[in-house]
Amino acid sequence: MNKLIKSLYTLAIVAAVLSLYNCQPQGPKQALTGGAAEKVYVPPGQYDEFYSFVSGGFNGQMLVYGIPSGRLLKILPVFSVFPENGYGYSEETKPMLNTSHGAVPWDDLHHIALSTTKGEHDGRWAFANGNNTPRVARVGLSSFRTEEILEIPNSGGNHSSPFLTENTEYLVAGTRFSVPMGANKDVPINSYKENFKGSISFIKVNQETGRMNIEFQLRTPGFNYDLSRAGKGPSHGWFFFSTYNTEQAHTLLEVNASQNDKDFIMAVNWKKAEEYLAAGKAKVERANYAHNIYDEATHSATSTMLNEVMVLDVTELKDIVYFIPCPKSPHGTDVDPTGEYIVGSGKLAATMPVFSFTKLQKAIADKDYEGDFEGIPVIRYEAALHGEVEKPGLGPLHTEFDNNGNAYTSFFVSSEIVKWNVKTLEILDRVPTYYSVGHLSVMGGPTAKPYGKYMVAYNKITKDRYLPTGPELAHSAQLYDISGDKMQLLLDFPTVGEPHYAEALPASLIMDKSIKIYKLEENKHPYAALGEGKARVERNGNQVHVYMTAIRSHLTPDNIEGVRVGDDVYFHLTNLEQDWDVPHGFAIRGALNAEILVMPGETQTLKWKPLVPGVVPFYCTDFCSALHQEMSGYIRVSPAGSNTPLKFSTGEED
Amino acid sequence: MRLILITIMGLVIFSCAPDKPQNQEGLPGQSSKNSAVEDILTDPTKGIGAVKSVTLNSPLEQDRISRGLAIYEMKCSACHRLDDKRVVGPGWKDITKNRKPEWIMNMITNVDVMLDQDPEAQKLLELCLMRMPNQNVSIGDARDLLEFMRQNDGEK
Repeated sequence: MNKLIKSLYTLAIVAAVLSLYNCQPQGPKQALTGGAAEKVYVPPGQYDEFYSFVSGGFNGQMLVYGIPSGRLLKILPVFSVFPENGYGYSEETKPMLNTSHGAVPWDDLHHIALSTTKGEHDGRWAFANGNNTPRVARVGLSSFRTEEILEIPNSGGNHSSPFLTENTEYLVAGTRFSVPMGANKDVPINSYKENFKGSISFIKVNQETGRMNIEFQLRTPGFNYDLSRAGKGPSHGWFFFSTYNTEQAHTLLEVNASQNDKDFIMAVNWKKAEEYLAAGKAKVERANYAHNIYDEATHSATSTMLNEVMVLDVTELKDIVYFIPCPKSPHGTDVDPTGEYIVGSGKLAATMPVFSFTKLQKAIADKDYEGDFEGIPVIRYEAALHGEVEKPGLGPLHTEFDNNGNAYTSFFVSSEIVKWNVKTLEILDRVPTYYSVGHLSVMGGPTAKPYGKYMVAYNKITKDRYLPTGPELAHSAQLYDISGDKMQLLLDFPTVGEPHYAEALPASLIMDKSIKIYKLEENKHPYAALGEGKARVERNGNQVHVYMTAIRSHLTPDNIEGVRVGDDVYFHLTNLEQDWDVPHGFAIRGALNAEILVMPGETQTLKWKPLVPGVVPFYCTDFCSALHQEMSGYIRVSPAGSNTPLKFSTGEED
Repeated sequence: MRLILITIMGLVIFSCAPDKPQNQEGLPGQSSKNSAVEDILTDPTKGIGAVKSVTLNSPLEQDRISRGLAIYEMKCSACHRLDDKRVVGPGWKDITKNRKPEWIMNMITNVDVMLDQDPEAQKLLELCLMRMPNQNVSIGDARDLLEFMRQNDGEK
C-alpha cells in the first residue's frame, strides 16, 4: 500500500515536472514528431516535388529551392551584380542594371509573383520587385534568367509590388513612401499633408512576350502603401492595397504613424480605371525611367530611357478607389482562393478582420459610408466585414491559404503560425516558428487552387538554430507538413540574403521546358565566332576585339600579340559546346570587373584594360574536362605607341 | 545454347555499362541500353544508335557537302582537322575508308552511348583522353557531314 502511494507520488511529481516543461517556451531542441526525416528525404538522383522561388531581400537576387528537401538549386541574379557568372559585369548584361540614376548595382528584392492564368500558376514567368530603387523584373521560367527590368517613376520605394491580376494582365507597383509629386519636388518635409502623394503603377504584361509597360499610374492620397493582392474569381477586376500612416506623419513614424485605431485597405476597381484611361481622362506626365530588356538571340541587353506616364487622379475621378477601415497599420492584405474573402493583418491589432467582397459591393451600391478621406469614400467598417478572428496571436503579418478552406497567418511578435478556417473564423491549430516569422509560403498559397501539402516559414531571427558563424547568421526557413489537421515541423534550412516572400509551384509544370543549351545556329550576337575558323582579333582605333571560341579544352586564339597599354580589349567568348551543363569561364589577370561564365552556344564579353607591358595569362574558370588546367592562353601587352604587329594563333608551332 | 550465350553476353554488357542516373536514359537521340545490345550483336562495325543503314549515292550530293562544311566549321573544326593529324580528336582524313557510314553517324549523334559501350569508340577515347562532346547534331545534319567527309576523302 505504502509502495503504491509512493509510486503515485512519484508519478505526480513527474507529471508536474512534465507540465512545467510544457509551459516553458519551446527551445531549439524541441523534439520532432515521427516521420519528419522521411518526409523531406529526396534520395540521390531524384527530384523535389516543388520549385520554390524565394526572394533574396538585401542581396537583390532570387533563390530557387527544391521543396521538400530545402536544397538550394540556384541563385538567380536579378537586381544585383553577380561576379559568379558576370551578371552586371559582362558588356552584355551591364544595361540590365541601368536606371535613371545610372547603373545601380544592388537592390532589395522582397516579393515574388509567379504568373497565373485564371488564377492558377501557368509556369510562364516569375516577377520580382526592387524595393529601394523602384523597379520590377521579369524572369523567364525556361531560361531561369532575368529577361526584363522596368524602373518605376514617381515612386518612393517599391514595396507594394509585384502582385498580379488573375490572368497576369497587370502587375502593380505601389509606393511604400509617399513623396512630393509634380513639377516642384523641393518642398519642406513638414508640408507632407499638402504636397506628398501616393502612386500606384499598373504595369501591363504582353501575353506573348511578357514585355512590361506602365499602362497608367493612380495618383492617391499621401501615406504609406504596404502590400497588395488582386481579386480573383468574383473579385477579378479589383485590387486591394494595405496602407499605414494614414496619420500622414513624416517623422518618428514608429509612434506617430500608430495613433489611428484604423488605417485603410484601399480597394481599387482597375477595370474602372481602364475605362477612364480609354475615355482619355488620364493626364500625361513627364517622367524619366529605364526599361531594360535582355534579348535571348543576341545574348545582350539594351536599356531605353522612357519619358512619360499616364496618370489618373483618384481624388478627381470617382469610383476607382474606396477605403475600407482596417485595424491597425495592416501589413498583409490577402485574398482567399474563392476571391470572396479579404484578410487584413493589422500589425498592432488584437483582432484580424476578414472582409467580404459581396458585402463590399453592397456597401458601395448602398453608399454605406462612414465619411471620406480627401474626397474618397470610406466604407463603414461593419458593412464590409465578414467577421473577425478573435485573439489570433501577436503581430499578424501575412496570410496564405490551402485547398481546404483554411488560412495560415504568420505572427511576428508571438513567433508562430496560426491555422484558421476562413468561413467560420475558428482557430484550428498553432505552431511555433524559430524565430519571428515574416512571410510564409503555402505551396500555391496565393492562387485560386492552392496545392497545400507543405508550408514554409521565412524567419527573421535565427539565433541558435545552426552552428554559430559569428555575429552574422544565415536566415532560417522552416518547412511544415500541413496535409493533416495538425501542422508538423519537418525541417530547418538556411537561406541566402534575407528572404521575404516566396512562391512555389509543382516541378512538373516547368521542368520539361528548361533550356539546356543555346543553339549555335540561333546565336545572333554581333561578336559571336560561330566556329573556330571564325576566331580572330580585330583592332579598331584603341579598341581591340577578340573573337574567341571555347571548347573542351582550349581557347582560340590562345596566343595574342600586338595589344598596347591604353587599349580597351574586349574578349567576346563564344562557347562552341552544344551539350547540357558544359559552361566555360574566362578570367584574365588584373580584370577590374569580374570573370564571365558562358553557357553552351552563348557569347559573352569581358572588357579588360591592360595597364602595364608584359605577358598576361588568361584561363577557363569552370572545370570542364580532364584537361581543364590546360585551357589557358597568353596575351602580350606592349607599351603605348609601340609597333608590335597584331598576331593571334592557336596550336601553331614555332 | 546460343540463346543462353546471347543472354549472358547481354548481361555482361549491362553490368559493364556505368550506372547512369535514371533520367538520362530518355534523352532524345540517345538510344537505350537494350537496343545497344542488339546493335552490337547485329553488326559491331556499325556502332550503336538510331542509324541502322545509310544509302550512299554517287556522284556526291553537292548540297549536302556545302551544308556539311558549314556544320563542320561551326561545331567540329575546333577539334578535328581535315588531314590525318590528331589535335583534340583524330583528323578526318580517310575516316570514310576506315569506318562504316553508320558508325560515323552514330558516333556523331549518339556519342555518350558510343563512348560508354562501343569498343571502337572506347579505343579512341583511350587514345585522345577527351570525351567527344555531344554537339547536338541531328541525324540529317550528320548525313550532311558524312557527305562532306566523303568529299574530303577524295570521292567525287
